[in-house]
Amino acid sequence: MFGVTMQTIYLLIPLSCLLGAALAGLLGWKIGRRGAHTAAVLGVTLSFGLSAFVVLPDVLAGHHFNGTVYTWAVSGGIPLEIGFLIDPLTALMMTVVTFVSLMVHIYTIGYMHDDPGYQRFFSYIALFTFSMLMLVMANNFLQLFFGWEAVGLVSYLLIGFWFTRESAIYANLKAFLVNRVGDFGFLLGIAAIYHYFGSLDYAAVFAIAPQLLGQTLQVLPGADWSVLTLICILLFVGAMGKSAQVPLHVWLPDSMEGPTPISALIHAATMVTAGVFMVARMSPLYELSETALSVVLVIGAITAFFTGLLGIVQNDIKRVVAYSTLSQLGYMMVALGASAYAVGIFHLMTHAFFKALLFLAAGSVIIALHHEQDMRKMGGLKKYMPITFLTAWVGALALIGFPGFAGFFSKDMIIEAVHHSRIPGSTFAYLAVLLGVFVTAFYTFRMIFLTFHGKPRMDEHTLEHVRESPAVVTVPLVLLAIPSLIVGWFTIEPLLFGRFFADSIKVLPAHAAMAHLGAGYHGLGPLIAHGLQSAPFLLAMSGLGLAYLMYVRYPELPDQVRARFRLVYTVLINKYGFDEFNDKVFAAGARAAGDALWKVGDEKLIDGIAVNGTARAIGWVSAVMRHIQSGYVYHYAFAMILGLFLLLTFFLHR
Amino acid sequence: MFTEHVLSLAIWLPIVGGIAVAATGDRRAPLARDLSLVVAIMTFLVTLPLYTGFNPGTHAMQFGEDYAWIEAFRIRYRLGIDGISLLLILLTSFSTVLVIVSAWRVIQVKVSQYLAAFLIMEGLMIGVFCALDGILFYVFWEAMLVPMFIIIGLWGGANRVYAAVKFFLYTFLGSVLMLVALIYLYYQSGSFDILAWHELKLGRIPQILIFLALFTAFAVKVPMWPVHTWLPDAHVEAPTGGSVILAAIMLKMGAYGFLRFSLPITPDASHELAGFMILLSLIAIVYIGFVALVQEDLKKLIAYSSIAHMGFVTLGFFIFNAQGIEGGIIQMISHGFVSGALFLCVGVLYDRMHTRQIRDYGGVANRMPIFASFMMLFALANTGLPGTSGFVGEFLVILGAFQVNVWYAFLAGTTLVFGAAYTLWMYKRVIFGAVANDQVAGLQDIDAREALYLAALAVAVLAMGVWPDPFLNLTHASVEHLLQQVSVSKL
Repeated sequence: MFGVTMQTIYLLIPLSCLLGAALAGLLGWKIGRRGAHTAAVLGVTLSFGLSAFVVLPDVLAGHHFNGTVYTWAVSGGIPLEIGFLIDPLTALMMTVVTFVSLMVHIYTIGYMHDDPGYQRFFSYIALFTFSMLMLVMANNFLQLFFGWEAVGLVSYLLIGFWFTRESAIYANLKAFLVNRVGDFGFLLGIAAIYHYFGSLDYAAVFAIAPQLLGQTLQVLPGADWSVLTLICILLFVGAMGKSAQVPLHVWLPDSMEGPTPISALIHAATMVTAGVFMVARMSPLYELSETALSVVLVIGAITAFFTGLLGIVQNDIKRVVAYSTLSQLGYMMVALGASAYAVGIFHLMTHAFFKALLFLAAGSVIIALHHEQDMRKMGGLKKYMPITFLTAWVGALALIGFPGFAGFFSKDMIIEAVHHSRIPGSTFAYLAVLLGVFVTAFYTFRMIFLTFHGKPRMDEHTLEHVRESPAVVTVPLVLLAIPSLIVGWFTIEPLLFGRFFADSIKVLPAHAAMAHLGAGYHGLGPLIAHGLQSAPFLLAMSGLGLAYLMYVRYPELPDQVRARFRLVYTVLINKYGFDEFNDKVFAAGARAAGDALWKVGDEKLIDGIAVNGTARAIGWVSAVMRHIQSGYVYHYAFAMILGLFLLLTFFLHR
Repeated sequence: MFTEHVLSLAIWLPIVGGIAVAATGDRRAPLARDLSLVVAIMTFLVTLPLYTGFNPGTHAMQFGEDYAWIEAFRIRYRLGIDGISLLLILLTSFSTVLVIVSAWRVIQVKVSQYLAAFLIMEGLMIGVFCALDGILFYVFWEAMLVPMFIIIGLWGGANRVYAAVKFFLYTFLGSVLMLVALIYLYYQSGSFDILAWHELKLGRIPQILIFLALFTAFAVKVPMWPVHTWLPDAHVEAPTGGSVILAAIMLKMGAYGFLRFSLPITPDASHELAGFMILLSLIAIVYIGFVALVQEDLKKLIAYSSIAHMGFVTLGFFIFNAQGIEGGIIQMISHGFVSGALFLCVGVLYDRMHTRQIRDYGGVANRMPIFASFMMLFALANTGLPGTSGFVGEFLVILGAFQVNVWYAFLAGTTLVFGAAYTLWMYKRVIFGAVANDQVAGLQDIDAREALYLAALAVAVLAMGVWPDPFLNLTHASVEHLLQQVSVSKL
């Protein structure tokens, strides 16, 4: 079209975001606020437009692309390249990422209106979008790692955006370090791939992978591990960091220290979805290792259930949403572990819409209340903020999987998929995701009721100034509410039961969860009808109902429950003690080790004994030798004669 | 005439220029500054044809020069470069320009001598990287110590004499054993021709002894654990420019020595002792990672971080594969940019606050946003972030290490966490936060001159991170040849 090749368009999609970031960041002082947001928004708009209306239709028409952009480096004859793989999975991710990002960009114009770091913020979020696009568009592990670390970096910059706040700069360092632990595993996984496959190119790796079945590596004497399992688990460690799976989930709730638009961007479109996307992308590898799938399944299930519980005791509105993200990421991982990769990606997509919506709605509430985030000081806002209220309800219903809403289709399919899975750990996972539905509904509506219903609990002054947010805030809310409601209707069939992912995702016949789902699917209507009488629906409704009883009908109840279950409450409010453990064992332990090695190793042993000891020894020897230098000629003459005598003796008796 | 003597020109132009600068005397600082900048830039321009005229397709020495020097011992003035030395020479001439610019206003005492010392040192360092005669190499190697000793001893901090003497003795004692090895090789081969030594047959025991003798010289320079303790002291006391040259170039000499001497001359000993070398490298990476974490002095922290990063270089060299050695070489260049930049950043802060203690800072970003952005970039490069030069070498070395042993890769990979922890924790305490005290409140952001040299390094760091191929491409033929040399037994 118009002589522009698809390759140019592929390049243009990430680069327009990068250009927006560069203009806003480097020239922000010159082009001003309006210039900065114009540059960033235009860049992302272009990316979204091209992704959704050019690349996606093109891919659906069957035009895939796998090619190199440039050779990054060559070493040992093996090229390391930057290149794109454009297939349905990538195209879907690109569309979701750029759409949510665009909404966040527009919303930011309103939300960050008074912030002195306005231009810097736009630069960061555009850079974030660029990084995520490079990640999902990669056709090789090198570029995947580039994007992987780049989203980690930008999240670091964004969480610490308000860098004068001690809590923010603690949270961003923590986020970066925890992610680095994941990346450490990820990088080792890449090194293993490089070693065993001799290439970092997806296509080449996937082609050779089946030949590596049965190959083992002696990790420790007597411990021979399957190479493929090792690789998959190492890669998954990376995914645990980015997608915040237990025990590497600790950074995510703290990431709430960043401005709200970032939370939406991190939790919905970029960063946390990276791990889920990666595992789906690597399905040809994971399919070959049942052990790895089982690990994914169990870790996902633990995350889904136990982090959900934490959401119940939070009072900070953003933190409730954050814990719900953790829990939902667990759901996605469970789907992947059950070999229902398409369902995992499907939930990733629906979740992107309703989670972005919930965050932006929470942000809308927060600005209306002058940066108040404590739900105990909210209540009764439905009167004052009708659009926020309605859209938040849509998001909440989608999150709890109310039949017909986007989240319903994806979550129901996950539960069904695990039900059919025969992987070790699937029974536990099934229970976890099922009970998780109740928990989700309870904390979600606890939040909704505390925020929008009941009596206002804020002070008079604040209440007087509460009003609905401006259009730059509410328009993105509405635009996100629409897909949160309807996106499942027309995507479930092609994504799950059609051939959409046929070329992107590989499932072995032995892992038949998807096939079972397909056999049980008879169209949208029957699915919704069935959903209304299934166990998850009953669980969700009882969670919602309990929340209604506790936070609307009998507001005194929560305090009594808390007093009754003191121990449970203490465990939950301390987040199972992960943070404390990490601080006391890892952080303090590393500092203690550093101190010991420095003071004892370097200063006492090496410098004290070896270096200065040598100096002292030389000093001592020279002190002794000094006595020989007496200055008397006859001493010297005697020494010479003695020397001569010794030499003569030596030569004569040789 | 010019093309035949580029290397000589690159060596002698800064030395003669340095003498001229020194001759301007104490009273005419502006003249000394202008003159030294001209000399440094000219030297940089002189070294550029080395890049443009370099043929990456061959491992043979290029731009060779060969003249009789001391006939009696068959010592010759023999120069030449291959893909391994080329990048180091360019790094030297590039860094010297930045150092001269960075000293512009800061150094007010004995300006001409200070600048002259750097120019003379530049010539000597370039000499080290292109000498192909053992004695010529040794002369440059030792002579280089003198200007550095003077720089630390005269313009250094409070404890400068201790640091200077420690620096001198450490490195000097190491070099003496190297001289013994060189003389032994002369007696075995009948010449001081380094390339001839590459072909020289040697028994197992002589190889091991030569290896160990060279090791003492090179390991001290790198520095490898446990002979590293001179470096933090030297850095702390050295003036900014001294630290930059020390970190960016001088540490590379030891690593370069391993490639030019140890591996090709004593391949069997290199293999036999590789486990030992790898062990020391991994200790440097892990042990020093912990030590760097608890440093309270900015310069000490960066110095320790240098040791850990150089651990990657020696690790890469002794795993004997292309990824390892090329990764090590790239890591050397990158470390030159990154640690040089970080020391310049500390210099910028020190010039304003006159303290290097981390606890005296906090919230610098409030007053110096442009500086904070630059330092962020360099800090991230120090943590090996992809897209910066710091990633390339570490990545290749980890890829190479995995091929030898999964645990080597594992231990080396811990730098991902430690490097990030000590660098970014430092950054957090210095740059982020609310304005910590009145001194920080009074800070002025960097001026155009400071921005200029930081920007030059930023461009280098990013260019090498985004597209390292043009750099790596220069090394392929030489590294391949080296790997072939080291794989053939001399026994």
